[in-house]
Amino acid sequence: MSAFVAVMRRDLLLALRRKTEVLTGVFFFVVVASLFPLAIGPEMKILRLVAPGILWVGALLASMLALGRLFEADYRDGTLEQMALSPHGLGGLVMAKILAHWLLSGLPLVCLAPVLGLQFDLAPEALGILTLTLLMGTPILSCVGAIGAALTLGVRGGGVLLSLLVLPLFVPVLVFGAGAVEAQAGGLGAQAHLSILMAMLLPAAFFSPWACTVALRIALE
Amino acid sequence: MSAQPLTLRVDKLACERGHRRLFSNVSFDLSAGQWLHLEGDNGVGKTSLLRIVCGLSPAHEGQVLWGGRAVREVANEFRSHLLYLGHGLSLKEELSALENLQADAAVAGRALSAAQAMAALAQQGLKGREHLPLRVLSQGQKRRTALARLQAGNASLWVLDEPFVALDARAVEALRQVLSQHVAQGGMVLYTSHQPVPLDGSGHAYRLQR
Repeated sequence: MSAFVAVMRRDLLLALRRKTEVLTGVFFFVVVASLFPLAIGPEMKILRLVAPGILWVGALLASMLALGRLFEADYRDGTLEQMALSPHGLGGLVMAKILAHWLLSGLPLVCLAPVLGLQFDLAPEALGILTLTLLMGTPILSCVGAIGAALTLGVRGGGVLLSLLVLPLFVPVLVFGAGAVEAQAGGLGAQAHLSILMAMLLPAAFFSPWACTVALRIALE
Repeated sequence: MSAQPLTLRVDKLACERGHRRLFSNVSFDLSAGQWLHLEGDNGVGKTSLLRIVCGLSPAHEGQVLWGGRAVREVANEFRSHLLYLGHGLSLKEELSALENLQADAAVAGRALSAAQAMAALAQQGLKGREHLPLRVLSQGQKRRTALARLQAGNASLWVLDEPFVALDARAVEALRQVLSQHVAQGGMVLYTSHQPVPLDGSGHAYRLQR
């Protein structure tokens, strides 16, 4: 447990000392979500219609921006070797890293979404659902993305490969995340979409550290 | 250090990289209170051998035994006795020496109070620099920060890859003392070095050849 906390603390502390890396993703999300209303024009109906999709795509791309860095620095400076040699097992420590990664790259987006959603004239209920789907969806992006990051570790041109690898896996999250807001607006209720998101989150969170561990051990060989 | 006598046995190890055989039939024993200096030319596979011993890379042939049992079977027990210092120093430039040392101890599963960490850093001649971010320290000072791990832990098997690199003459002698003391207290040291720095106490050199 102390090792779990130490790894998470170290990652959060590092992010605090080099803020630009975290702010890049957040800034990207804000810019994307703010430029669309300006480009589309003050047509409220259209804005309300496209809002969930735009905010979700923005969040997805913003969280992808941070993925490449998840294990890269640790791999290069030998920290990953020390983690692999920890008697606590690599799996728990990887889980700590994923959690820290989500706190830094996912949670800020969730917090910003209701504010940015106002630009699209979204109703309070729709804003609530949108935030909830992001709260459930961004951890899936972090968990699944971490597997991709671990698999492409140390590969030249890994960034492109990582995108190719994880984007298809992100699509269902995008579909059900953005779809929930639409379903709510259409009077169907978002319950089904939220259940499916949760059904994706649980196995992703459970299997991701294990899959990452296997991939990281191969990368370290 | 520990109740039962600890032994490391390397049994007929072979390593291949790509289709090239780096070394084969490497065997040696290391018991509590002994050191082993691994010698060899560049590219002969010293680092690969150390990584296999630690369990980071798989052996192509042969096995590594800890206390008579295969390391893979007793991985967690073995790791709690092991301290590995490789080419990557596992240090974060943005963190201070103290923060680095404490995070590292937690990952390695060792309790380390701030006072103990400060003492270990002071022994490495880093007194007064404990709270500076590592990026403002010199290369040698960074290495000393990594070496402070030796004094900050209670691992019995130290596996060190080129520990004397980038250290000044005084620091080399200080490190030699630390390693010799560890051996005298019943620890084990397995290290590579191009400089002829023999430790005190019982031990021998092993020359790795193709």
